[in-house]
Formats: sequence, structure tokens, C-alpha cells
Amino acid sequence: MFKFLGTPPPLPRWAEVLLLPLINLFVAFLACALVIAAIGEKPVEVLWTLFQGPFLFPGNMGYTLYYTTNFIFTGLAVAVAFHAKMFNIGGEGQATLGGLGVGLLVMALGGSLPMILMVPLIVLSSAAFGAAWALVPGYLQAYRGSHIVITTIMFNFIAAAIMVSLLSGPMMQPGQMSPQTAPFPGNAILYKTHDVLHWLGIGKVAESPMNLSFFIAILALIGVWLLIWRTRLGYQIRAVGHNPEAAHYAGINVPRVVMLTMAISGALAGMMALNEVAGAQQRVILNFSGNYGFVGIAVALIGRNHPIGIFLASLLFGALYQGGTEIDFNYQSITREMVVLIQGLIILFSGALYYMFNPWLARLLYLVLPRKSSPEGAVS
Amino acid sequence: MTETVGPVGQAAGAQSAPGLALELEKISKSFGPVRANRDIDLAVEAGTIHGIIGENGAGKSTLMKILYGMQGADTGRMLIGGQAVDIRSSADAIAKGIGMVHQHFMLVPTFSVLENVMLGTEGGALLAEGRAATRKLLAEFAEHYGMKVDPDARVGDLPVGIRQRVEIIKALKGGAKILILDEPTGVLTPQETEGLFDILRVLKADGVTILLITHKLDEIMAITDRVSIMRRGEMVGHRDTKDTNPQELAELMVGRKVLLQVDHSPAEPKETRLSVSGLGARSQAGYKVLEDISFELRSGEILGVAGVSGNGQSELMEILSGMRPVGEGHFEVLGHRVDNRKPKDPAAMRDIGLGHIPEDRHHHGLILNFQVQENAILGYHNGEVAGAGLLMDRAKIYQHSKRLIEDFDVRNGRATVLAKHLSGGNQQKVVIAREVDAEPKVLIVGQPTRGVDVGAIEFIHKQLIALRDRGCAVLLISVELEEIMSLSDRIIVMNAGRLVGEVARGQADENELGLMMGGGRARPKVPAAQAAASGGESHV
Amino acid sequence: MNDLAFQLLLALDASIRLAAPLMLCAMAGIFSERSGIVDISLEGKLLASAFVAAAVTAATGSVWVGLGAAMLSSMMLSVVHGFATITHRGDQVVSGLAINMLATGFTIVVGHAVFARGGQTPALTDNQRFGPITLPFADQLNAVPVLGPIYKELLSGHSLLVYMALIAVPMTAFVLYRSRFGLRLRAVGEVPEAVDTAGISVFWLRYRALMFGGLLCGIAGAYLSTASGAGFVREMSAGKGYIALAAVIFGNWQPFRALGACFMFGFLEAMTARLEGVDFPVVGVLPTQLMQALPYLLTVLLLAGFIGRPTPPAAIGQPYVK
Repeated sequence: MFKFLGTPPPLPRWAEVLLLPLINLFVAFLACALVIAAIGEKPVEVLWTLFQGPFLFPGNMGYTLYYTTNFIFTGLAVAVAFHAKMFNIGGEGQATLGGLGVGLLVMALGGSLPMILMVPLIVLSSAAFGAAWALVPGYLQAYRGSHIVITTIMFNFIAAAIMVSLLSGPMMQPGQMSPQTAPFPGNAILYKTHDVLHWLGIGKVAESPMNLSFFIAILALIGVWLLIWRTRLGYQIRAVGHNPEAAHYAGINVPRVVMLTMAISGALAGMMALNEVAGAQQRVILNFSGNYGFVGIAVALIGRNHPIGIFLASLLFGALYQGGTEIDFNYQSITREMVVLIQGLIILFSGALYYMFNPWLARLLYLVLPRKSSPEGAVS
Repeated sequence: MTETVGPVGQAAGAQSAPGLALELEKISKSFGPVRANRDIDLAVEAGTIHGIIGENGAGKSTLMKILYGMQGADTGRMLIGGQAVDIRSSADAIAKGIGMVHQHFMLVPTFSVLENVMLGTEGGALLAEGRAATRKLLAEFAEHYGMKVDPDARVGDLPVGIRQRVEIIKALKGGAKILILDEPTGVLTPQETEGLFDILRVLKADGVTILLITHKLDEIMAITDRVSIMRRGEMVGHRDTKDTNPQELAELMVGRKVLLQVDHSPAEPKETRLSVSGLGARSQAGYKVLEDISFELRSGEILGVAGVSGNGQSELMEILSGMRPVGEGHFEVLGHRVDNRKPKDPAAMRDIGLGHIPEDRHHHGLILNFQVQENAILGYHNGEVAGAGLLMDRAKIYQHSKRLIEDFDVRNGRATVLAKHLSGGNQQKVVIAREVDAEPKVLIVGQPTRGVDVGAIEFIHKQLIALRDRGCAVLLISVELEEIMSLSDRIIVMNAGRLVGEVARGQADENELGLMMGGGRARPKVPAAQAAASGGESHV
Repeated sequence: MNDLAFQLLLALDASIRLAAPLMLCAMAGIFSERSGIVDISLEGKLLASAFVAAAVTAATGSVWVGLGAAMLSSMMLSVVHGFATITHRGDQVVSGLAINMLATGFTIVVGHAVFARGGQTPALTDNQRFGPITLPFADQLNAVPVLGPIYKELLSGHSLLVYMALIAVPMTAFVLYRSRFGLRLRAVGEVPEAVDTAGISVFWLRYRALMFGGLLCGIAGAYLSTASGAGFVREMSAGKGYIALAAVIFGNWQPFRALGACFMFGFLEAMTARLEGVDFPVVGVLPTQLMQALPYLLTVLLLAGFIGRPTPPAAIGQPYVK
């Protein structure tokens, strides 16, 4: 159902893949600059701060990559579903459930297992809980005809409610009043990167919440790439997404593929909890999903649902998040929520208004570029 | 608007002088590279029923959409009552006295008849007044034309025939002088069709000019005064209905393609591989689209299914290939019985050796956003061509598709090009290559050469015959009579969801087949000598 | 007057207050969705207009100017939604999400920049708010058994905006079912081609529907910050826009049934607050957080066809292409 598309005049593929997204991003930041100017600050200066912060200060890179990790997981989750033309906006809830899975596992097994067993179990548990939470809307879409968008929205709220009631009840740390679990034992956490580097003797790296889940995220990027473009299931997912009727003709069980896709998507969103719960906080806290699930939509949109694009977009958003704290620090009148505003603008221009500039760009390029033979096939 | 007394009678009275109600001059319309209408000329006399006939895709609907302002023509001129008009929207068309009954009803199923009719002519910001006026209008239509409809009935609950009546009332409510009906009988039962024709006759008597678009010959013969024939976006002839006959019309519609005679040795049919008995199916709306179909198909023969499109062939293909569940009856394919209790999906069908070249490559046969190499394994992606390992074997797929591209002469075809960037003929070659290369034991082929250039047609035909000679049982469904006649070893004819006749190769000429396709009765086999004489000469 | 009944009365009274913004948003959702445009941006419009109402009221001192500004701002967001989804045929869900995020970011950023109170607006005084209105004779009639207290506690004593919400429902129903605009609106959400071929502009019709919805959301926003609350607090819409959307679905896209759903959800919320920590015999303490999820859960069950089956407008979600 998601036709951002219509039938624009032919645009060279490189322009569609690179130029158009960049123009859209540019317009989004332009709009943001207007807001900054309206507040009475200098837009260029503020945006410069926003972007140099994450990279220039050595200590900040870790934070940037820590945020990036979240976006990789949630961006991938949205992208996988997108390949089957489904809109999973339930990343928030699936991440929450993933955290719940991690929390329950750790509480059940405590410090009884060695780390080498515990960490894989944690990864599995986060993925399984996330998958299960996405599987239900997937099933309802495939077999009961309820719309995935509405169901996943509702599931976000239900997940949040479950989490609150568990964290302020059975899972709450005994003797405490804040809604969070007890800290995880040392065998059930993902080590912080700076600790690992230190331990490896690579010198002193500034402390940050970045942890080993970043590398799991990188593996997930590769895994999704393999899944979508190298496996039979990925082939079927894309077939269902591009043309469900042709998929049916080809003997693909469309409802089954819909459910599997949602499960994978949910598993990826659930794994976001690895970063926040097992890595950064090392306990389950309230609202650790922090809207990363929603921002995953922006990441997937800009990243054009391709792992490389998603990695770059995640880096961009990670930098934005880190830059937001810099702004908070440097400017009296601007808060870090400026970043949320920018996200909104990016989703608007890179998503809903994706093809607004397409006709103009196509006409312009048509005039400027020399004509050549028919466009090339897709890169995969 | 609603003060018209005899709803359209008055309007008609004002226009009783004979003359041309509508003229089109050199109307052309292209969609990208596709020229849907090319230099269309048309003159419609006032107060007549004028038929426009042509096959699906001949450009009739596009022409009507231009007339009704839903699409702008690229070039050309339109005159109504001798006055040049510029129609840019439906509102313009309505204002110029044109009403249209669309092929797909423009009705809101959840609305009452009253609400549907009043939409667009509510007569004020609030509905109360408009409701009363529309109720009165409906009563007048019932009285004058016998078009009785319950104003308060929910449209979604009404049978199609009555819904169409509502559409006609909608089209005429503003006093339209020209009524366009786009394939109005496609969804009607014969009785409902008769009812529609009665209404059209009354309207004609009242002076309304009627344009009837259809692909059904018998309807043209039954009701029109004059008929214009379209083929491939062009107007190929105009006839007074009384001076023509179905055979001539069929010929004009289908046209004579320059076909090189394919080398076609006599078939050597062997064992039965597909046997169909009593197959029936219903559409979603619940009317019969397929009824009591029985035939057998043997190894080493091509069985052609002739018929004007939309007479049940698509449904037959879908059922036999596993895409649609069996309604009634059953069939046996390669020793497997399939009925509604034992369904087989397309994957299972392929596994037992049944291939399918679907009639619509864009909807079913290809995924246009996939590369050629990805399309080359569609349906066989679980099989060996994609490699045996966990990951698909890219090199193998590439080699496979490269071989297909070479063997089947896909021009300009690199394995990595997106299918949508190939021409129609090359797209079709990809589909045919894929299915033929799998060496199926039974192959269902739908419209193998639709939208394909002459060179590719010959190639495709040779491939099908070669496949037959290797022992495959081929079921060929085509609306191109020439194609059926030059490839088939036996021909069965479908009309209105039924089999209406069977002839052996060379035993019927185009005229006779045309007559059967047009709904003529099944005839006994023609004496061999006569058929032999006509069989060859019909190919130019 | 027995105490339990009185408690119930108070709970019902609270339900009305809690349901009022839901009703307004739900009616807005009905306008938008019956025209064929998915509107998950109810939440964002609610939030943005709550901010604008409080900010403008604080700046001008007039709650009426605040209300007007709130309606205007919410309508502008509707136009943005329309520009993306109607004019450019963008995805309706994506556009809605974008608007929600814009609203979250915008309210906090601008609120912080203008008022420097961590995203809050200055507290409004009583005459800068829509205060409670005592209906005529409420006190005098209190003595009348049963009806008296119902009149006084339940019907009287709400802010003007609550009464506007209560009026919005029959008004929406009237517009939808009795006016030309409503007839065309319902048609365009079912079969836009039918509207187009009747010579009516599909685009303009949908734009108007969205703007109408924006207007209603604006009132709801003003209610949150200038009637129910006394100033804007960050993220004060707290999912109410989504609950309203659930109410629209629950009400099968019909005004009065959606009203019922709003009441039910409002009542659930009121009860949740009241039952917090209460130890019932047999069942024990109710998990109140889970009760808050009940509207969402019920909506999922409804959508899945386990409790009746809702029938959304047939053309919803699809951009119109001639």
C-alpha cells in the first residue's frame, strides 16, 4: 500500500538514490534554520555546533556511536518490513519487549551461567521477545485483515503499559521506589567499549555508554543485507513487497512471508534493548526505548532501506543526538529537543514529501545532462 | 436541475432535429511510449445508438475518458451539436450534456440510491430539499422509462443490474443528451442485458444519443444503428449495422496480422496429461464465469482455446495453474486430482511439472522492479537454478539467466537490467524462456504474443512448437485467432464461460470460429474438404 | 444519597472532563478519515495547539485569543498534512508521524526559547482560563433527589470547552449526514472516483475535511492547557490523540458511537485513577497501568474481528490519482 511513488518523469538512478535524498535533507535543515533564526540565534552557527560536536571532541565519538547503535537496530527493523511493503511503526513496543526479555532472562538465571553462555542467551531473548511482539500484528494483518499500522501503534502503548506495571511491581528492585530492576550481575552485561579497549591495552579511551552491542549492530547490518539480497526468504520478501500477485503466481505463500518478515523486523527492534539495557544501563529502566523506534522510520526513509544507507543515516542521527547535547550546553535559548524538530522535518521532507522536488529535478537534469541510453539496473 | 418533467424527454425534444450529436476529429492520446488513441475520427448522429467495438486494449475506454473529461487528449478536436467544445473535467462534460455509465460503477456502495443519485446536484448546502427533489426525480424515471429503483435501498445490497440502472439515472439526471455506456453488459446476466437494452430503446425514442462501447459482437448487432470499429488505438472502420455481419466485425476487430507461417508438422499426441471435467467458477460478485468445462489435453499436442477476451479464459488458466481454487468439478493433471477439497498451489503445480505463462506479464509473470536474473528464477527460486545452499547461488543464477537471454534472444538484455526497462517483447521472452526452459510436462500459455513485435512473435511460436515436439502438452489461450489457427492441433472455443465448440486443425476457417466466438451455437464438425480449402488461405 | 452512588457520580463527572478532548479529537479524526485520509497526526495537532493556546494566552492575557490561535495553528498543521498527502500524494502515515514529531520538537524548542522554563509556559491565572460554568439553578436543584445531584455534579460545573466538545458531536453528525458537504465527504472517502465523475473536486473536498478537523483539534488543545490545566507542560497530550484515533475506530467512524467510545475510555481513565492501590476482595490490587492499556487492547481485538468488525472508509489511505 505504500506508494510514495506515483509515476514521476524518469530521473537518472544516481540522482534518485543520491541527489534527491540530499536535496530533501538540505530542505529539512533549511526549514530548521528558519526556526533557529526565528528564535533569534544564528542558524549556521547553531547547525555547525550540532555537527562538529559529535566528531571534534574525542570523548564524543563514543556517545555518537552509542546512539548510532540504537538507530541501526530500529532502522533495520523498519527497513526489513518495508521490503515487504509493510509499515512497522511498532519498533518502540518491540524494543520495549526486547528489554523485557532481557530483564526476565537475567532475573531468572541471575549469575548462574558464565558470560560466554549468558550473552548469546541475552541476544536471543531480546530478539525473541521483539519478534513475538511483532508477530501478533503480522498475524493479524496476514490472516485477520487488521491494518499493520494501527495494530502496531496500539501495541506500542500496550507494551509501555506492561513495562510500567512490571517495573513498578514484580520486576522492581527490592527496597527501592524507582521503577527499574536491580543492576544486572557482571556476567549478564555487554561490556562498554572503553573498558574493552582499555583491557586490550589500546590506551585510555574516554568513557561512554558505547558497548559491544555496536558490533552486534554491525553484524545485523550485514545479516540484513544477506537476508534481503542473498537468501531465498529475502527474495520472497522483496517479491511480496513489489508485487504480491506475481508472488502468488510464483507459488510464494504470501501470508506466511508477511508473518516471517514481521517477526524478523520485530527481532531487530527488540535487539535495540541490547544496547540500552544490557550495555548502557545494565538494568531495565522505564522508557529506555526513548522514541528510537519512531526515529527508526526516519533512518529507514533516508537510508532507502539499504543497510549501507541505514548505517550512514544512523550515524547522522547519532551525531544529531550527540550534537543536541552540545547545543544544550552551548546555547541558553536552544534545547536538545531541537533534534526532535529536525527529525520531524526530515521525516516530512524525506518521507511524505519525498518526490516533491522530483519533477523539478528531473526537468533540470534533462536540460543540463547529455542524453544517453536507457538507465542501468539496480545495484543490489 | 430537477424541474425537468419527463426527466430527459424535454431535453430530447429540443434536439429532435437530425444532425450530428458528436464529432471527434483526429483525437490522439499517448501514455509514455504507448499510443492509446491515434487520430481518431468519429461522427455520431443524434438520436441513434452508436456502437464502438474493439478488443480489450484497443483504446475504447481511453477514448471515452477523453470524451468525459477524465483525461485530456494530446491533440484533436471535439464538437457537440456542431459546436467545438473544450472538455477538461467531468464537470465540463456534464455541463455540455454528456452523461456516462462507467465500466466500473461510480457508486458509493454504502450510500442509498437516493444519496448516490443526488451526489453533485444536492441543490443547497443542506440535504433536505435535494432529497425531496431527487425522490421526485426517481419517481419520474420509474414512470417514464420503467426504471424502478427503491430510493432508500442501500446500493451495495442491490443486484448489479439495478446498480447499473442507478448509474444510468445518475448520468441522465441533469438532462444529458448524450449517454456513454462503457462495457455495460460485462457484469450483467442475459436477462439483465435484455432489460438494459429495453431501456436504451426507450431512451433512443426519447431522442437521447447513445454511445455503446463493447467487445461483444452480438450486442452490437442487436441494438446499434451504426458501429465504429477500433483496433490498437486506431479507428479501422465504420459500418451501418444493417449492412454488416459479425464475421466482418470480428475480422476488423482482430485484424489480420502478417504472420509468417510457422513450420508445423502434424502432431503426434500420446498419453493424456490433463483432463478437465465439469469445471466451474464464480466471480467474487457471485455470478458464473466458468461453467461445465470439460476437455482433455495430451502429450505432444497444442490445444488452442479461442474466444473473445473476457469469456472465462483467464479464470480457466488461473484454476489450472493453481492460482485460483476450483469452484465446481475437478481436473486431473499428471496423475494428480485437483478439486476444491484437494487444492494445489502454484508451487505444487510447478513441482509436478506444470508450467504457466500468464496472460498478463506485468501483473503476474514478472516483477518489474526485479532484475532480469531475478525474474528468470521467479517460481523456481526454491529449486536448483538458485543453488542448493543456504544462500542463493548468485553465480549460478547469473549464468542461468545469461543462458536464457542468449537462447531466447532477449535483445538488449543484461542479466542485471530491471525488467521494467525491457521492451514488451523482450519482457515476454524472459517469461517464456523461464517457463519453457523448465521443460514442463504441461504448459498453460496465455496470450503469448500480446504486445509483442512481429519478429518476436515468430520466435515465440517456434519455441512453443519445439516444446510440443519434445512431448509437452500445451494449452494455448489466445484472443488472436490467427495465432490459435496457426499453432493449434485442436481448437476449442469459449463463449460466456462455456465451451461452445471443438474443431480439429485445419477444419474450420476464421469465419466459422468467429461466429462461434461471437456466441453462435456449437456446430458439428465441418466436412474436411471444405475446411482444408479455407484453412490455409486465411493466412496472408 | 448513598456514598457509593455519589462516588460513581463523581467518577462519571471526571469521565466527562477526561473524555472532552478525546471527543473533539475523535470528531476531527472522523472528518479526516471519512474523507479518506488517515490521520495519526491528531496527537501532534493536539499538542501543538495546547502549546499555542497557553503561549498566546500568556502573552496576550486573553484566553479567547489563545483559543483562536490554537485553532489556527492546528489548522495549519492540517494543511501541511494535506499538502503532503493530497497534493503530493505522500504516504499518510509518514506525514502524520512527521507532524507528531514536529509538534513535539517545536513546542519544546519554542517554549524553551520564549519562556525559558524548561518547555513549560507560565502558569495561567484563573481569568486566563476557561473556568467552570455553573449551569442555572444547579445549587437550588441539588435538593431534588437523584436528578438534582446528577444535574449539579455531572452536567453543571464544566468549562465552556467541555460543552463545546459535547456540542461538537451532534454537530459533526449533522454536517456528516445532513449537509451537502457531509454527503460529498462521505462519498469521497468511499469512492473518490464517484465524486470526481460527478464533477466535484476531490482535492479541495479533502483539504476542507482536514481543515475542519484541525479546527476541532485546536479546541481540544486549548482545553488541555487553558481549561483542564493552567499552562502548557511538555508532551502534555500524552497519547490522547492516539486514544481518540482508537475511539474513531471503535466507533466505526460514526460520531455518536465514537462518542460512546470516548466516554468509555474516559471512564476507564477516571476509574484507574480512583482505584489506584485499592485492595479489592478476591482480586486484590488491580494493575492500574494495565487498565490504561485497555483502550488499545480493545481496539486491537476489535480490528482483528474478535468483537464485531469495523468497516473503515473504503478509500482510506490511498492517494487519489485520476
